[in-house]
Amino acid sequence: MLRLQFKGVSRHFPPKRGRSESEGVLAVDDVNVEVGDGEVVSLIGPSGCGKSTLLNLASGLDRPSKGEVFVDGAPVSGPNEHVAFMLQKDLLLPWRTVRRNIEFGQEIRKLEPDKRRQRAEMFLKRFHLDGFADHYPHELSGGMRQRAALARTMMMNPDVLLLDEPFSALDAQTKMVLQQDLAGTLADERKTAFLITHDLVEALALSDRVLVMSRRPGRIIKEIQVDIPDRDNPMERRQHERIGPMIAQLMGLLDIGSSEELV
Amino acid sequence: MAVIQDAALTPDHAGPVRRRVNLVSFLHRQEVWLSILALAAFLASWEWGPPLLGIAPYNIPQMSAVWSEGLHMWAHGDLLRHTMITCMEVIIGFALGCAMGAIIGYALGMSRLLEAVASPYILALQIAPKVAFAPLFVMWFGYNITPRILTAVLIVFFPVLINVLTAVRSVDPAMIDLARLFRASRAQIFWKIEFPWSMPALFSGLRIGATLAVIGVTVAELVGGNVGLGAVLAESEGQANTAAVFVTIILLTLIGILAYVLVILAERMVLRYAPQRSADDIGV
Ligand SMILES: Nc1ncnc2c1ncn2[C@@H]1O[C@H](COP(=O)(O)OP(=O)(O)OP(=O)(O)O)[C@@H](O)[C@H]1O
Ligand SMILES: [Mg+2]
Repeated sequence: MLRLQFKGVSRHFPPKRGRSESEGVLAVDDVNVEVGDGEVVSLIGPSGCGKSTLLNLASGLDRPSKGEVFVDGAPVSGPNEHVAFMLQKDLLLPWRTVRRNIEFGQEIRKLEPDKRRQRAEMFLKRFHLDGFADHYPHELSGGMRQRAALARTMMMNPDVLLLDEPFSALDAQTKMVLQQDLAGTLADERKTAFLITHDLVEALALSDRVLVMSRRPGRIIKEIQVDIPDRDNPMERRQHERIGPMIAQLMGLLDIGSSEELV
Repeated sequence: MAVIQDAALTPDHAGPVRRRVNLVSFLHRQEVWLSILALAAFLASWEWGPPLLGIAPYNIPQMSAVWSEGLHMWAHGDLLRHTMITCMEVIIGFALGCAMGAIIGYALGMSRLLEAVASPYILALQIAPKVAFAPLFVMWFGYNITPRILTAVLIVFFPVLINVLTAVRSVDPAMIDLARLFRASRAQIFWKIEFPWSMPALFSGLRIGATLAVIGVTVAELVGGNVGLGAVLAESEGQANTAAVFVTIILLTLIGILAYVLVILAERMVLRYAPQRSADDIGV
């Protein structure tokens, strides 16, 4: 069963009013991607190639100019409860405590307060935030903030998880801990996830498949199966002997080291 | 699930915060002593400075003269009643001005169209010296408290409106997107994102408004009427009673300080979440 599908998706940003037509941007061009149930797929590509644009389309925040995105077989026409989107910025609301930030989505969806609190309690525990439930975001470290954002996303119990560079702002060590948490949760709950990253090791450590995008207009130029065990244990997996050669292959595809580097 | 726990981040690790509070209270103590010293020096030079420098009492009366004039006015001149009337005018004018400024600020913030239509008038009115309307209001409503309240409303209205409008316009669009992802309604976006987001700016508008309200009321009282501190001020000036002028100026200042402090206290209670927010980082 397909959870997420991009079918001939293009997104053209028209030029600002008064500018010439050539100043419009074709961000992504004819993208076809299929993500099956329980699959974790990573997307890598040079900066500005349209990765975030693809996630915006999948989340329903934006509409494609051509083609269609399907979630659970239904065309996406706006934000919906099948998908949850975690952005690069943690976007915690500074005036809410961690607990109330985690409850935010379900509060908007008008889940009963009792159930909401119970659920939040569960995710506070799972993401090791229980001691910080009543702290405000500015009192947390970057890693904890990102964890709170992840908990808020998981609170929605989505079928498909969209993650836009979720750990890129973290230091290497915190990042590994959070990757471990995420991979564990994804495996436990058999969630489907579509992950953008600039970190090649992260892509290989967390996913079943890695898609490589070209420079703008973004197209999918390569798909790599990561058939290495331990998808639920990135700490283990990143040490696997086949990671090295795969990174070399990805670097080649992304042209790293020759002309422009991957930012 | 987590293999490494970030050990440094257990909840009882509140050390740095507590240390900062201690440091602040220490500084405070030194500050307090220095302030008391400065106050004493100020009062002493007020008391003995003018005679030493040969300044006439009708220019700068001694502190003791102002003090005894104040006691006299309190006993014989209904000073308390005038002060209370001025306070009431300030409170009503401030409350109405803030309410109108905030409501219209939010309304304009939510509708680009409304803002486009209204902004030229708002700009013109903002530039106009608001206190110049005081005589007009007196002509319209006579020698009563209405022109005072209206002048205060008019002068308080703009900083609140502008601060609220700017804040609503500056909401992080990604936060709105976040709410939209959860399919928030327009009302939910307002109450759960835009409104709390604008609170610090609203309060900095209120802080400015608190002092401006006193200015508005004072000017309107100066223009006419025989109750309120401004009227007492005008009358004292007519009688060349410099000490009485000083008394009213001091009382008006105290009212302004009180209003300002009350707003700050309210702000502290409402914006509890913020890290020690410096007073003027938004708006003004
Ligand atoms: N709302 C928009 N209006 C106009 N152009 C846009 C808009 N959003 C994105 N673009 C353009 O589309 C292109 C792709 O942007 P996108 O944010 O998807 O890149 P990205 O691959 O996520 O980059 P990065 O890796 O740096 O995050 C960029 O050139 C960008 O300027
Ligand atoms: Mg991006």
